[in-house]
Amino acid sequence: MTQGILIKNAYVIDPLSGIRGEVMDIAIRDGRIVEEAPPGSQVIDAGGCLTLPGGIDSHSHVCGTKVNFGRYMSPEDMRAGRTSRKGVMHVTSGYSVPTTFGNSYRYSTMGYTTVLEGAMAPLEARHTHEEFTATPHQDMLANTLFDGNWSVMEAVRDKDVKRAAAIVAWTLAAVRGFAIKLTNPGGTEAWGWGKDVANIHDPVPHFEVTPAEIISTMIQANEILRLPHSVHLHCNNLGVPGNFRTTLETMDLAPPAQGNRQTLYLTHVQFHSYGGTTWRDISSKSEDIARSLNSKPQVVIDMGQIMFGRTTTMTADGPMEFKLYMLHHNKWSNHDVELETGSGIIPVYYSRKSLVNCVMWAIGLELALLAKNPWQCLLSTDNPNGAPFVKYPEIIALLMSRRMRENERKEIDPRTEHYVPLFALERELDWYDIAVMTRAGQAKALGITRIGKGFLSPGAQADVAIYPLKPDQLDPSVDYQQVMAGFSRTLYTIKRGRVVARDGDVVVEGANSTIWTRSRVPPGYDMGSDPEFTKKFDQYYTVRLRNYPVQDVYLPRGVCIETEAAL
Amino acid sequence: MRIEDVVCPFCGCLCDDLVVSVEGTKVLSVENGCTLATEKFTGDHRLAHPIRRTGGSWEKTTYDVAIRETAEILLDAERPLLYGWSGTFVEAQTIGVHLAELLGAVIDNTSTVCHGPSIMAIQEVGHPGCTLGQVKNRADVIVYWGANPIEAHPRHMSRYTTFADGFFVKSAFRDRKVIVVDIRETDSSEIADEFVKVTPGGDYAVLSALRMIVRGKGELVPEKVSGVTREQLFRVANICLSARFGAIFFGLGLTMSRGKYKNIRNAIELTEELNRHTKFTISPMRGHWNVYGSNEVFTWITGYPYAVDFSRGIAFYNPGETTSVDILRRKECDACLVVASDPGAHFPRACAGHLASIPTVQIDPHVNATTHLSRIQIPVAVTGIDAEGTAYRMDGVPIRTRQLFSTDYPDDVAVLGRIYSLVKEAKG
Repeated sequence: MTQGILIKNAYVIDPLSGIRGEVMDIAIRDGRIVEEAPPGSQVIDAGGCLTLPGGIDSHSHVCGTKVNFGRYMSPEDMRAGRTSRKGVMHVTSGYSVPTTFGNSYRYSTMGYTTVLEGAMAPLEARHTHEEFTATPHQDMLANTLFDGNWSVMEAVRDKDVKRAAAIVAWTLAAVRGFAIKLTNPGGTEAWGWGKDVANIHDPVPHFEVTPAEIISTMIQANEILRLPHSVHLHCNNLGVPGNFRTTLETMDLAPPAQGNRQTLYLTHVQFHSYGGTTWRDISSKSEDIARSLNSKPQVVIDMGQIMFGRTTTMTADGPMEFKLYMLHHNKWSNHDVELETGSGIIPVYYSRKSLVNCVMWAIGLELALLAKNPWQCLLSTDNPNGAPFVKYPEIIALLMSRRMRENERKEIDPRTEHYVPLFALERELDWYDIAVMTRAGQAKALGITRIGKGFLSPGAQADVAIYPLKPDQLDPSVDYQQVMAGFSRTLYTIKRGRVVARDGDVVVEGANSTIWTRSRVPPGYDMGSDPEFTKKFDQYYTVRLRNYPVQDVYLPRGVCIETEAAL
Repeated sequence: MRIEDVVCPFCGCLCDDLVVSVEGTKVLSVENGCTLATEKFTGDHRLAHPIRRTGGSWEKTTYDVAIRETAEILLDAERPLLYGWSGTFVEAQTIGVHLAELLGAVIDNTSTVCHGPSIMAIQEVGHPGCTLGQVKNRADVIVYWGANPIEAHPRHMSRYTTFADGFFVKSAFRDRKVIVVDIRETDSSEIADEFVKVTPGGDYAVLSALRMIVRGKGELVPEKVSGVTREQLFRVANICLSARFGAIFFGLGLTMSRGKYKNIRNAIELTEELNRHTKFTISPMRGHWNVYGSNEVFTWITGYPYAVDFSRGIAFYNPGETTSVDILRRKECDACLVVASDPGAHFPRACAGHLASIPTVQIDPHVNATTHLSRIQIPVAVTGIDAEGTAYRMDGVPIRTRQLFSTDYPDDVAVLGRIYSLVKEAKG
């Protein structure tokens, strides 16, 4: 069946196609952008409104074991955001950790069509995929955790990068994962004994490998497998005053880029840019981090912005969550995963009256304003760790308006300005920067332009967001309230050539895809028949090898990106 | 035919290493399974066809009629309850939640009379847990509190704890200390290094005493606490404090005895305090093979693990009000769909009596106590034998159960899917 849409009078910013704000028409046919819409197409008059490729979140926690535990343990959060059944929309609950449909509807009405789940434990992958199916309006990808993987650490110890690559290839294919995620590498294994690693050269108990060795080996393995994305790293020492040194040292591990994309993606860098030695003298080191970033095109980061208010923190970084719990004394959940990784959850409240929180808030914004190249610093809150993703429009407005930042300055702890450079920064990002930081940059960094994500020229997937914003009639520097409102709610969200949301309501049942990767390796590198590797399942895992892989039935519309490993 | 790596659909251990021999649609033998597993696979008490009650007797009916009447009963009801769900797979549970949403019904799972209080405690203070393999590979101290795994989860000790050799615990039986806390001696307490016998209802005080010792306030602990000597309390606290990795498993002896969720809260807080000194985890011994799956599905769709009331249009949760036993005891409920559980055998008499007085429909492969309270029973395929689908182990690890052979029985998804379609059609 031929389905067409013609969007007329669209004010298009499409950075990957080199379009920086042009009023034009966009034609859609059979889920793709085409030159000409078929006869009888639905016509949408965008009336000069801002039209962008569908939003892409390259780091968000929305599906899987720890996310669901965040809901399970937090009826107070569920009560804080609930909607009734309406049209095709299911009941939703939750503010910082909404139910799957809640996440999906809220993302969709903000124009987001693709979301990467930031952390999936391989052993529990089936759970993530079940929730992906119940998040129907976004195409989903899963970062797969390897930070405490015993087989990987043994390969690292043996300096056998090819074996590490083979383990990654087998695991990603088995669990239908997308990319390599390292969360506090080595630290999650140490947490199995209630310990952590202190820096990137601190050996992991028993395995005697360092985080730096794990990171470097995995970067090489990633490139051997020619995976679309780079290693996706949550650095060691998250949230620790003085941790910027660890972050700088880690950035130095990234080898020069070979092709068009980065070799290392550092996530939620705000949480990793602290100076000082204790919570009393914490300060912003965003300038040091940005200086390093600006000199390293091979590194891409996302902000990990925090916003004031209530949220829930959740990460595979178990030891960090326990440290945070020792500060907050609210409630604490932890879930270590055998042979692989860990996780922790605690609720938090970021307060304008807390100097520490104000410094954190400033750092995220500073990173985005100090990064010279928007393709290297993507917008994120590490949802929901820094804030729920519904705060993105407010972050966009803050980045686009110095006046808004100055207004906020009056509301926060007055000492903040002595610890951060934010208020000396005059830069205001423009519409193009925002388009890069919320979709085009993500598509490039994740390596999914090859499947048509993140742009609007013919051949692209027809994922489009039309916002009620007229860039030629607005001064974001002044009209920041309008910017915020406009990015909160699209006029139209189009996903794979279908209007899925209009004016804040989802209007059709969703049918998303799950994007995963498979690297073809020579038979000698097939870990499924490797005696040492399979022994782990016979002796140490509590699930049999045969019951471990995620079956096809869990990916009703799976999209596999295949690569040829250089092994 | 010999089928390996079969997943056992009996208890929350969800063992996945069974070897089952089948011939046609008959299970000949089960290897590696416990006696409960063997009985589940080889037992043969299945209802052959749907039945409905007319007057005082049962008559055979068709799936079409039974499904249509079920939909009509649910559509007619003002306050329907959809109860059970722990003995079926995630895909069926998902349809159940959407059916409840469509009807404005209450949906509840067996946690409500099982680990519901544990969930309430977790909602207050969180849950420091781990997967079972983490315990197997690392733990040198195991505590079973108010649980008797040898009888209720027969392979828990051999697969995950006491007798399971692991990477850092090469000889489990020698290197691992086992503490059992209970009100009576059991098969499990017999193999314990330390058996702590608590007077019934005294668990909360014992937990508090242990917390005092861990916090360095041991001098305030009296000579005896709920039947446990001060000396033993110190001995137990010291075993825990000197563990490299300790794991507490608790059962209904703690959850459903005097103090209920406060007991669990105290146990979790003891675990949290032990974590300031060493590594400790705590985990509930979940009963049904997929009760945890029902908690997971309810949570990702509605935000709450059990007792979800859709009558206000939104999802509403308030244990004590929206829990099955309370709704039945107040005689609010005017129709009930029971899926994959047996409230007739487990609910208080007054609740079972109310179920018998309203139209109750049961979807279950077997004749059980609830059959006698029902108007209609629809038999289905048994998940893990002639149907397959996802289950969540007691520690949250999801495993896909296997279909060993196919039969003419529809599975829960097929039956619930048809009921859902009829209800949706009627609702427009």
